[in-house]
Parts: sequence; structure tokens; C-alpha cells
Amino acid sequence: MSTPPRKLRIATTSLAGCFGCHMSFLDIDEHLFELVELVEFDRSPLTDIKEVGPCDIGLIEGGVCNAENVHVLRAFRRNCKTLIALGACAVNGGLPAQRNHLPLSECLREVYQFRPGIANGQIPNDPELPLPLDKVRPIHEVVRVDYFLPGCPPSGPAIWKFLTDLIAGRTPRLSGGLLHYD
Amino acid sequence: MTRQFLLDGQPVPFEDGQSILEAARQAGHYIPSLCWHKDFPAHGSCKLCIVKAAGRHVSACATPAREGWEVESNTPEMNGERRGLLQMLFVEGNHFCPSCEKSGNCELQALGYEYEMLSPRFRHFYPERPVDASHPDVLLDFNRCIFCELCVRASRDVDGKAVFALTGRGIDKHLVVNAESGRLADTDFSKDDLAAHICPVGVILHKGPGFAVPIGERDYDRESIRQKKLRDEEASS
Amino acid sequence: MHTQPPAALDSILHQHGHQPTELLQILIDAQALEGWLPAPTLTDIARALQLPRARVEGVAGFYSFLHTRPAGRYRVLFSDNITDRMLGNAELMDALCRKLWIEPGKLSEDGLVSIATTSCTGLCDQGPAMLVNGRAISQLTHRRINEIAELIRQQRPLDAWPTEYFHIDDNIRRRDTLLSLTMKPGEALAAAIARGRDGWLAEMQASNLRGRGGAGFATAVKWASARNAAGDTKVIVCNADEGEPGTFKDRVLLNSFADLVFEGMTLAAWAVGASEGFLYLRGEYQYLRPQLEAVLARRRAAQLLGADVLGQTGFDFDIRIHLGAGAYVCGEESALIESLEGKRGTPRIRPPFPVTHGYLGRPTVVNNVETLAKTCLIALHGGEAFAATGTAQSAGTKLLSISGDCAAPGIYEYPFGVSIARVLEDCGASDTQAVQVGGASGMCLAAYEFQRRIAYEDVPTAGAFMIFDGTRDLFEVARSFVHFFAHESCGFCTPCRVGTALLKGFMDKLADGHGAQADLADIDWLDRLLKNASHCGLGSAAPNPVIDTLQKFRPAYERRLVSLDFEPAFDLDAALAEARQLTTRDDPGAHLQTHEEDTP
Repeated sequence: MSTPPRKLRIATTSLAGCFGCHMSFLDIDEHLFELVELVEFDRSPLTDIKEVGPCDIGLIEGGVCNAENVHVLRAFRRNCKTLIALGACAVNGGLPAQRNHLPLSECLREVYQFRPGIANGQIPNDPELPLPLDKVRPIHEVVRVDYFLPGCPPSGPAIWKFLTDLIAGRTPRLSGGLLHYD
Repeated sequence: MTRQFLLDGQPVPFEDGQSILEAARQAGHYIPSLCWHKDFPAHGSCKLCIVKAAGRHVSACATPAREGWEVESNTPEMNGERRGLLQMLFVEGNHFCPSCEKSGNCELQALGYEYEMLSPRFRHFYPERPVDASHPDVLLDFNRCIFCELCVRASRDVDGKAVFALTGRGIDKHLVVNAESGRLADTDFSKDDLAAHICPVGVILHKGPGFAVPIGERDYDRESIRQKKLRDEEASS
Repeated sequence: MHTQPPAALDSILHQHGHQPTELLQILIDAQALEGWLPAPTLTDIARALQLPRARVEGVAGFYSFLHTRPAGRYRVLFSDNITDRMLGNAELMDALCRKLWIEPGKLSEDGLVSIATTSCTGLCDQGPAMLVNGRAISQLTHRRINEIAELIRQQRPLDAWPTEYFHIDDNIRRRDTLLSLTMKPGEALAAAIARGRDGWLAEMQASNLRGRGGAGFATAVKWASARNAAGDTKVIVCNADEGEPGTFKDRVLLNSFADLVFEGMTLAAWAVGASEGFLYLRGEYQYLRPQLEAVLARRRAAQLLGADVLGQTGFDFDIRIHLGAGAYVCGEESALIESLEGKRGTPRIRPPFPVTHGYLGRPTVVNNVETLAKTCLIALHGGEAFAATGTAQSAGTKLLSISGDCAAPGIYEYPFGVSIARVLEDCGASDTQAVQVGGASGMCLAAYEFQRRIAYEDVPTAGAFMIFDGTRDLFEVARSFVHFFAHESCGFCTPCRVGTALLKGFMDKLADGHGAQADLADIDWLDRLLKNASHCGLGSAAPNPVIDTLQKFRPAYERRLVSLDFEPAFDLDAALAEARQLTTRDDPGAHLQTHEEDTP
């Protein structure tokens, strides 16, 4: 008699993203029931666990735009055997990286000092707030990444295919209409 | 007597002077390309059509077919190199598909799908390439230029205008237009030029249509670039 | 409002007959007017030549020595070959920048001067070297730099600078058959004409002479192909675009043996039936132009050029000099032809080859300077005598340009087959760690290979021979060559355009202390793709220095790794610096450890 396989532990987070990839994750709909038979969740917006612990799989949505993103990403890398860039922003910086063409000072001054309707504005300097990096980076420029799942967002079926491949021990592949960059 | 070569083990007939790529496509075999166009001489810059012929890496578009050659194209090795070339094209420009009007109709993107390019692999260059919106009918978004020179060739050789040219060198190479001001509006470019309809990516965009055809219902949402190109080839022959 | 071009520009356009093929030459001359090419100048030139302006802009943007932005009245370019670096060019450039209060690569606020680096200027035996407004100055020292700073500050015209600055030595250290040849101009030509065209070509075939540019193609086969090609006007081009880092033998041949070179071109013309000749002279050697023009004039007066050469009815041949303008890729023969036609120096698709479709579609022979000079020996002494020297597959002698760590850098002529060890001994090299033979695109040989021989069948070379002793860091050698290729890539094909830039990024990542084991795997992968997929030899040779040094001097890479796994290419803490400044924060939360291992 073999014991049933251990449930794989999965953590997810969103860095400089819009949670669209997480919404798309929920779009796997009834497969969620299958999924919870196979996996359990560690840190994730779905669980409200605040710190990531040892995991099999980490899903990262969003690019790296500030110091906190770096800390979270590194913690995921330390704890996850397999780390996945989930969605366009994690893969290539996506929409937040559009600011890479502007000096950071211009971005911050525009938002906090010169925007119409702002009087005596100043750039926030509370130590509680993470400082922004000069450029937004895709996550593979900050840590080693094992797999990439592009899309804005990747569709529910693409996420499901990718995860079931991984869980079953197959190298994940996306083809035949599941692979999209938009 | 027709002569033939072997493409991945399949016999492909060819006529004198025909390139490996032309003969293959005519015979219903797909070899990918970005800078090649059936109405223009081979250019050989994108290198997506790279194949191994008689043991040597060559551009299929620029290499005349030869009797008895064994050509490898659809193999893990060649497709791996193609994926690498696609990754290079993606990181050197600013290709943000989610915000691009050409998404779904873009050949670069479609080849990314065809060759299962999942990651950019390298660091992004994030080059500085301002758009030119000066022309009333057409927008130029240089961020997506892959230097296939199809617009250069179409404008020069068919439209008789030479609206476009490349300047700079190496990684600083870039497209310019034929005006001292550098603005498309100051050239004799027209939205009816062949050059206005030949860009395989999202540089030359017609103002207006935008997202009239929604994302998800576009050319390469419906079929792969392999299927489309072979279908186009059949229709034109 | 089509205005006339200014008079000075108009006269340049007239001198060049308003020919589009002269576009590069016109741009070079036009730049001399103001030190750069303002946008209206490009427009004027385009209009006068009836070319699209975009094409003129395309050409102006291709060549390093053409400026489409103001570059100063004094444009100082430090030669940046590895040998210049070993002689301290960086310190000297720094010193000059400090004295003139400017940053490298930027124009001074008063528009007086700009200082930057350029690829090897072919003065490795007497470096560090620089170009000022295109004129070469060698043997730079701190003292000379101080003087130059003063001359620039005083705005002294270049013609009034001390003449010894511009003195270039030949440094010939060893002479064999070619460099000890004394020949009256026309002697070889008369001998070849006496043999008749067929007889002369037969001698060339018997000589087994192979191209000295490195590739080693049989010269007689090239000539015969061009001769048999359809077309009335045939062209002989002497490739004097000696851009391979570490090579300077052509500089010496053109300086002191120009008659041999021009006679060789005329010999080629006689064999091929060519009427038109070009010497494509790299921009870095433009200081040789006046004396070369004088030699050409002398040869015309002696009926060695022009109509009915040496009284031979119907043998009409003349030579024009075309200047390059800072583009290594133009050493590739089809790119050189594009450049001769006044275009961007992009290598063509081959076939067709230049011998059938070359300059303006005409059958064209492109030969190296040294190859052409050697044909004089064959004309004078016969093909068999030539074939009897050197080795079985490499007939004759080879000029080596020796530089780097040795007592006597300069030009050495050896019969083919000479061993690396022998050369090292002769030039006074000791404690030699490695030799880079054939320039950046050549081979890096380690000490265990010094018994190998200079020959096409063993160690082929266009002539560069750079020596590195035990104090040198072979990683930095490879990195400098990678920078060179990235700078010189024409950008035509994807693998070379992007691949050389990526490779440069990886080498810099290691140099900046961000290296990880994963990078070495990526470097390997890039090397392979560059080699396999590039359109021309530049791209496929670009990874050579890295491939060789990774194989033979791997610890030079490994000692730079800060991670056995992965490491970002940039400094994360530095990426917060701008935000720290904007918020005036400096608390611990306002910093990031660069290496993850450091995080508690």
C-alpha cells in the first residue's frame, strides 16, 4: 500500500501588478476544487498568511518596482523550490515598466507635487513606505526564475494547464492557443 | 527532370535559382521568416529562417537550393536557435503586447507563440525611441521596430518615395524618415503606400481602426502563423 | 525654397562630380568645413546628388568618424585597443579630460573640444595613440598630454602643433624577401607584361599565393574568376581598411612600400583585364593620403598608370583613393564595396560574389595590401621560386604586427611556418602568458601551444600578434575585444546586433562584480548562436576571444563570480539612490543588500 502523495504547497503574491493574474487564477472555476485536492496554500491573498514558508511552488505576479518587492521576491526564492513568473509584468515589467522611460524624480514630482489640485505637495518620506527603484524590473532580473507564464493576464485554462503539468511532474508547455502575450 | 533536396527528410522539388525557403513554402513546408517577402529580393537580416544545409547554418531565404542537399529546419536545435533570436528581438525593443494595437496581428508575436517563447531570457534594453504621431493618418511607434527594412524597400522600390531609411549602427541602428525635421508629416508618405501596409510588427499603425477587431479575434488568435502563411502561399499560387 | 548650398559645400560637390557613389567621400570632406554635419548640410547634399535625404542620413549615421551632432573644433579620440589600455591610455584620457574640464564622450560647453575613445588606430607598436581631427599622434605620455591640453586651450591650429607629434615610425625589425626587396617602379609590371596575360596568370597559379587578409583564398583563383566573369569594366580594389585590432603591417607597407602595393594592383589589373582601381584607405590612415597621391602621380607620369600602361595598347588602368570613416566591418569585402559605392557598410548576401558582381555590379577583385605587394615578387622571380618558400600549403612570407609585452614591438617578416616560440624569442618577450594571433577575431594561444606555427594550416593570421605576459588579466583582454565587436557590429542581422550587445552586457556584469555561474552558461549559449547564425564573419568571429579564454583561462572568469547560482546584473542598493535623494531618507529601510546572502 502506498501512501497518498503529499499535497504540494503553493505560495502566490502580487508585486508591481494589478492582481489581474490572481483574478485569472480564480477563473479556473470548478478546477479549484480539483486543485485543493492536490495542493495546499501558503502565503497568498487567498489565505492571508503574511510570510512565505517552505513551499514547492511560488507564483509571482507583477514586476519589481520597490524595495519591498525585492524583499518579498527574495523570500519567495529562498522558500520555493520552483518559482514561476506569472503574467506579463513579472515576465517583462509590463505596464509599470512604461515609467522606465522617465526619470524617477519626474514621476514622483508629477504625482506628488505638480499634479493639478495639489498645493504644497511633497514626496512622501515616511520610513514605513518602501522606496521605489529607479527602474521597474522583470523578476528574472532580480532572482533566478524557473518558469515563465506570459499573458496579460494568462487565461484561466493556461494557468490550469501549467499547474497540472507541474503537479503531475511534466515540464509545463503552453501551445495551441494557450500561449498569449496580450 | 525536376531537382529536389530533402527538408527534414521530405523531398522538396525546386527550380533553378529558387531559395530553400521559397521551394519549401511552395511545397507546403513552413520555414519561418520576418524580413522575407515574396515580392522582394531576399534580405537575410532577421535570421529566423536559419536552417542547417549540408551541415552549415545558412539563411534559407538567401541560399539557393541545391540538388541532393539535406536541410534541417524543424528540429529542436534549429527551433531553439529561432527561439533565441526571437528573445533577442523582444529584449532589444520595447514590445509590450498588452498595450499594442498590433497585438494578435503581429508576426513577431505569432512567431513567439509558434516557437513557444515563454521568457525573454535576457535583460531588457528598454531603449529610448519616441513615437512620431505627426502624420494625419499614420502613427510610427519605433519601439517595436525589428529592422526588417520591408518599409524601406517597399517605399523605395515600389512606392518610388524612399520615405524610410536606417541610420546608426549596431545596437544603435534605427529607422528615420525622409525629412530634415525627422517628422513623417513632412514627407510625401501616404496611407495608401505599400510601405504603409507592410510592417510585420506594430511600427506603422493606421490611426482610427485601433481595436475595432477585438483582441482574441485577430489573425493569430484564430490560427498559427504556420497555418496562415502556408494558406497564403497556397492562395497566391 | 530650394536654396543653393553654401559655396564651400558646392565646391566639394563639384570636385566629386555630384556622383552618388562619392557620397561617403563628400560627407568626409563636408565635415571638415564645420567639424560636424549639420542637418541642413545633409539636406543640401541629398538634393545636389538627387538622393533621398534619409539615405544620406543613413550613411552619415553609420560611420564612427562622421558626426551628426556638434563634436567640437578639436575632436580627440584615444585609440582603445587592449595594447593601448596596457600602456595606460585610460589614465591619459582621464588626465586630459580633467585638464580641459570635460567628461568623456561629451562636448565642452564652449563647443571647443570633445574627447572619446575609438577602435584600434593601428599604432600598437608605438602607443598609446590618439587621433585629433583625424590626425594620428603616437607615443602619448603625461608630458605630451599636458602640452596637448595647452595647445587646445590656446586654440592653436593643428598645423601649428609640434611636427614630431605626428611622426610615425615604421619599426621594421625583421626583413625577409618582401621588405628587403629593392625594385624600380615598373620593373615587376614590365616582367609580367612580357609574359603576356596568360603567362602572368600561370605564374600566379604556380606561386600558390594566398590572401594575406586572413581567409587565405587562392589569389590566382580569384583573379581568374574575375577575368572569366562577364562584363567590360572590371575593378581591382586594394583593401587597406586595416581595422583588425593589433594589425599595422599595411600602415608600414603603404608608408614605405607604396610602389609595391600600387604595382601589385596594376599586376592584378593586367591579369584580370581591369581598368578601374580603388585603394580603400581606412580613415585612421588618412595622414598617408598626400604621400600616396604623390606616388600615384609619379606613377602616372611614368606611364605606370593611365592609358596604355607601359605602352601596352589597350591596357588602361588607374587608381583612386577612397577613404573609410571608422567602420571595421568595411574590411569585409562586400561591405567594403558597399562603402565604395557611397552606402552604409553592410555586408551583402553571397552568392553572388564580388568576382562576378562587385562594385556597381562589375566583376571586382578585392585583395589585401600585403597580398598585392607580394605579387611583385612573383612577377620578378617567378611563381615557382615563390612557392618554394614557406610551407607546402602556405607559400611565401608573412608580415607580423607585433605588439604588447615585448622588448621590440614592430613589423617582423618571416617565412610561413615560423613557430610562436621563435617569434616570441626574437621580439624579446618573456614570461609570456598568452598570444592573441590574428587580432580580436583570431586565436588566443596559451603557453602550451607556443610550438604551433604561423601558417594557414595551423595558426592562420592577418598579421596581428599581441603578447600578454604573466601580469595580464586574460578576462580583461577578452572583454576589450567583446566591446570592440559590439561597437563595430553593423547591426544588419539579429544575432550580431543583439548578441554582441548582450555578450558585452555579460562581460561587464562579471567585471562589475555581479557575476554568477549562470552567466557562464548564458555566455556559452550566446557564443554558439553568434557563431552559427551571424550574417558575416564579424558576428561569427565576435565570440572567439571569449570561447578561447573561457577554455584556456577559465579561472580568470571564475574568480570574478560572486555567486555560484544567480546574481542580478545591477546594484540593487544603487537603484534606490535616486529615491533616497528625493525623500532625503537614509534609514535602514531605505537600503537594499546587493547580494541576497547578506540579508539577515
